[in-house]
Amino acid sequence: MKVLVTAKRVVDYNVKIRVKADHTGVETANVKMSVNPFDEIAIEEAVRLKEKGAATEIIVVSAGPAAASEQIRTALAMGADRGILVQHDGVLEPLVVAKLLAAIIAKEAPGLVILGKQAIDDDMNATGQMLAGLLGWAQGTFASKIEMKGETAVVTREVDGGLETVEVKLPAIITTDLRLNEPRYASLPNIMKARKKTIDTMTPADLGVDPTPRLTVLKVEEPPTRKAGVKVGSVQELVEKLRGEAKVI
Amino acid sequence: MSILIVADHDGTGLSQPSRSAVAALAGLGPIHLLLTGANAAAAAPAAAAVSGVEAVLVAEDAATAVPAVEAVAAMVVGMAGNYSHIAAPASAAGKNLMPRVAALLDVQQISEVAGVIDADTFVRPIYAGNALATVKTSDAKKVLTIRAASFDAAPATGGAARIETIAASGASPLSTFLGSEGVKSERPDLTSARIVVSGGRALGSSENFHLIDALADTLGAAVGASRAAVDSGYAPNDHQVGQTGKIVAPELYIAVGISGAIQHLAGMKDSKFIVAINKDEEAPIFQVADYGLVGDLFALVPELTAALAKP
Repeated sequence: MKVLVTAKRVVDYNVKIRVKADHTGVETANVKMSVNPFDEIAIEEAVRLKEKGAATEIIVVSAGPAAASEQIRTALAMGADRGILVQHDGVLEPLVVAKLLAAIIAKEAPGLVILGKQAIDDDMNATGQMLAGLLGWAQGTFASKIEMKGETAVVTREVDGGLETVEVKLPAIITTDLRLNEPRYASLPNIMKARKKTIDTMTPADLGVDPTPRLTVLKVEEPPTRKAGVKVGSVQELVEKLRGEAKVI
Repeated sequence: MSILIVADHDGTGLSQPSRSAVAALAGLGPIHLLLTGANAAAAAPAAAAVSGVEAVLVAEDAATAVPAVEAVAAMVVGMAGNYSHIAAPASAAGKNLMPRVAALLDVQQISEVAGVIDADTFVRPIYAGNALATVKTSDAKKVLTIRAASFDAAPATGGAARIETIAASGASPLSTFLGSEGVKSERPDLTSARIVVSGGRALGSSENFHLIDALADTLGAAVGASRAAVDSGYAPNDHQVGQTGKIVAPELYIAVGISGAIQHLAGMKDSKFIVAINKDEEAPIFQVADYGLVGDLFALVPELTAALAKP
């Protein structure tokens, strides 16, 4: 079974982002970029499936600028077999990415697609569900456990009230939550080996997808900042403040 | 045109995040609620009483108590012709369902709406809430999820909506619901509680986490946790507050042993009052806290619990 995974290029989660002075977006020049952490979990899960013999080949896809090939290389060093870069310099909204992935899936015919549940830049939490809808496939979102059972996969999902288990018919779309696994660090020999692996480059036009965004960003602003309050010296003082000043208890 | 909200319910009434979604969109048109799953009909009278609701559509099917998201999405798409906006609270269920609906309608969803400017223009947080984007959509139909913490809930009473029964979605050949492990709690729901007490990695074990439970119970509060505490197994996953967990905005948020990573702050910085208890006086949590208490949580939390137990 082929498994297809994604590797979105995003601002590293440790970077404190800055809103551009002209309010058109967030500063991404000269900022450390990484694989979206939820996609890393997806890649790790695919590699583990391959190690267990449940997957035969792992294809990693990234849609973004030419530099997104760096994120594909990271996935290849973790254990993916080959990469596909859909090169496009402008904004790619989840609906467009889902269409790009659907076109690639039509050619590659994977038995399972694993994506991060959300990207930590636009926080949309949409691409996986959209892809499942476009393909007419089952979806197992926010997965904390995946069990392959031949024609189906049993997915444990993190939901508001705890955990929920669904059995999805394959091929299916699964999106990862934080506790599915802990992604490995690529070893130096594997990083060297990844350099020799193939990355095919294509464009949205090659895949017959119009990348035009539907949303226009009118402005991007910093949220109102909270002012640091006061340090209190004792529990008693805290209780007095909460009762007398804040009046919240 | 009307607005359809796919609402969450517990078999007796609407969830508070669903009432927040009603309040968020009430200015844009008459609101219809869709209730699916077990006991939807039982929840309908309370849903119909929510202020601002015009109709409650009940799609209940005894054979599928937990309808498959694939089937519900197809049903919502079938209803979409009557509506200008199709929305859900940004709950686990709403986040699972709405993007599938959006893709089937060829619409770019707007997720986690935190502000409504007009029928086409919405404000949403990006980068873990470290920036707010105002976006205008060119899609004729709008598909939205609503961030409950950004809107006061619509009053539970004052409405007199009509209740209609519609055909349920039925089963899906694609997926089967096998079961759920509910964390049944007597405490208030995390996303709608007036007070939240959250614990972090510094608690050190799930046994020690009972200090948080005891403080919360004294205050009638919900219990939350940082990602580190959940990852360490001190608290269940649905307690996680933060960018990728629950977004809360209670009147009082007490952070115990939580350093205040930006991913955690993203989930609670809209709280009205924030209290931080931490032994590290340089912890970033103090930069957003109204009241900070520096010291050993194992001494301070029981002392606070005892002090609050006294009137």
